[in-house]
Amino acid sequence: MKKIALLLLLLSLSITPAWAITAEEKGLKIAQKADELDTGWGDQKQSLVMILRNKQGQESRRQIHGRELEVIGDGDKSMSIFDTPADIKGTAFLSFTHVNKPDDQWLYLPALKRVKRIASKNKSGPFMGSEFAFEDMSSQEVGKYTYKWLRDEKLDGKDVYVIERVPVDKYSGYTRQIVWGDKVIYRPLKVEFYDRKNSLLKTLTLTGYKQYLDKYWRADRMQMVNHQNGKSTLLIFSDYSFKNGYTDRDFDRNSLKRAR
Amino acid sequence: MKKSLLVLIGSLLVMSSPAQSVSWRGNVTIQERLFLKDPTDPRQHGNNASIVAQPEMYYEWEGGKQNISFIPFVRLDQRDDERTHADIRELSWSYIARDYEWTLGISKVYWGVTEARHIVDIINQTDLVEDFNQEEKLGQPMARLVLIRDWGTVDLFVLPGFRERTFAGVKGRPRIIPRVEKNLTRYESSQQDKHVDLAARWSHTLGDMDIGLSLFHGTSREPLLSPARYNGEIVLAPFYQIIDQAGLDIQLTRGSWLWKLEAINLDGNYAKYRRATGGFEYTFYGVVGSADMGLVMEYLYDSRGELATTPFEDDIMVGLRMTLNDEQSSDALLGIIKDRFNDSYLISLEASRRIGDSWKLSMQASKFVVDKLDQSLKSFARDDFVQIELGYYF
Repeated sequence: MKKIALLLLLLSLSITPAWAITAEEKGLKIAQKADELDTGWGDQKQSLVMILRNKQGQESRRQIHGRELEVIGDGDKSMSIFDTPADIKGTAFLSFTHVNKPDDQWLYLPALKRVKRIASKNKSGPFMGSEFAFEDMSSQEVGKYTYKWLRDEKLDGKDVYVIERVPVDKYSGYTRQIVWGDKVIYRPLKVEFYDRKNSLLKTLTLTGYKQYLDKYWRADRMQMVNHQNGKSTLLIFSDYSFKNGYTDRDFDRNSLKRAR
Repeated sequence: MKKSLLVLIGSLLVMSSPAQSVSWRGNVTIQERLFLKDPTDPRQHGNNASIVAQPEMYYEWEGGKQNISFIPFVRLDQRDDERTHADIRELSWSYIARDYEWTLGISKVYWGVTEARHIVDIINQTDLVEDFNQEEKLGQPMARLVLIRDWGTVDLFVLPGFRERTFAGVKGRPRIIPRVEKNLTRYESSQQDKHVDLAARWSHTLGDMDIGLSLFHGTSREPLLSPARYNGEIVLAPFYQIIDQAGLDIQLTRGSWLWKLEAINLDGNYAKYRRATGGFEYTFYGVVGSADMGLVMEYLYDSRGELATTPFEDDIMVGLRMTLNDEQSSDALLGIIKDRFNDSYLISLEASRRIGDSWKLSMQASKFVVDKLDQSLKSFARDDFVQIELGYYF
């Protein structure tokens, strides 16, 4: 009798992990793993060319360079400085992202030398007239979404997990996002964005991942296609540099005024 | 002063040889103004063309710890000799350390949060011939020390040399009537425009609140104007008193709401007054496609009432801002400022749009509706105008 009980216990123990972990838990675990693998990079800077393409295929370009400071336990700090078009050269955008409260954002207008605190509720608004929303550009933190694992499959020959994530913030422009993530490097390869009416709005494709500091993966290209208005935006990143020794001082209102 | 300036420019040119650390930007803009009514003063005109250039050079070294900024400015005006003017907006050297910064030279500083008027902002003199909305400033010689602490940022200023406010000349339009004659400028201080002014400001961000407290002692940027005779003509003579000004500016950022307040107390031997501007800005996101619409309402107060040197002494400003968020950064602002007790008001519409990568087209239309009893806006009663600007940016 004892032996049978033990056997049953052993059986149940071996079976439990298989069905006790829900799709939600599995989704969260994947997100946590991805976050853990991308922790500890400290700070980074990079250059960015943004190519906006309208329905007719006409292009306009803007150049931006930016820097980020990793904040453990909260969202990161970032600064973006616009180099072209020339009329907005020197305009700079400072953002302190937060997981559980609205981000703090400031804009520097060089013509007036004015630093303006701006409302951050506008998460779904376009970043610089592009197909990227402010929330697409801000730091991705685990606590910003709830997760659900959908399936594993192959994408362009790579093993991927497919998870659905639902923004926690009620001001998000999305009802949900579907993420195809690389099972080896735990970085997204494709993201589908569904609008508030739950219809497919945009698809983001990330390519050209390179590894930095033998650990952190960054994509060289991000292409966002808007299915509803026919426009697209391509981001081409270059000159990634890590461990620049940045501190909070490089992300304050004074540094915004001389950002170049 | 002139000699040291030349030395500084010379050394700038020498240092600018390693091309990668020098950055340039700037613009050249042509402007045409069309007035819709005959002028009040027959010496004024019905239209006016002008051109302005403002190149900007910035050089930094030691990994950005030190920099030099040089921004000359020049405008050529078809008719107004006073509006044809040149200025050095900036020519300064800055040193940036971990918890302090200093700036020596001519520079520009902005204080404040409101949209309708900028009353706390006192360091730089208004370049009124540029824009009667008082948005443009002259360069100010200064020694500035910024201390960065956990409890906020402290700015300390020593300001040697005063800049007179610029006023439209005989042929200038729009302008106050009678005109201001700068040859009659007088000062309370025996040092005249050599008085060394002092200023300090503490500013801090506390959660969703940005706050600033400021003190200023020195020559008032705003002159008191009194009628005088000049070569047989009735004109206004500017008088700059010595003042102590205390200022407060606060912005609260909550969701789509921005709550703003600026207030000053100005104390001088010849005039004492209080001014305030306060209100809110609310943004409706994505009203049409990705376009945002902002609603701005501010109340403008001046304790001098109808005696104020500004026409905005007890007025309400309502503004409607459309930002299309498109590739051309198109935007438009419709603003109305109305007196609470008489029927005077000012309506203005401003719009701008980028063309290609390097050009920008801007338009501004202003209409003055002046109550018979309103003395302060009377000068501008016939000055409704439309202005078009085309700028080349590099």
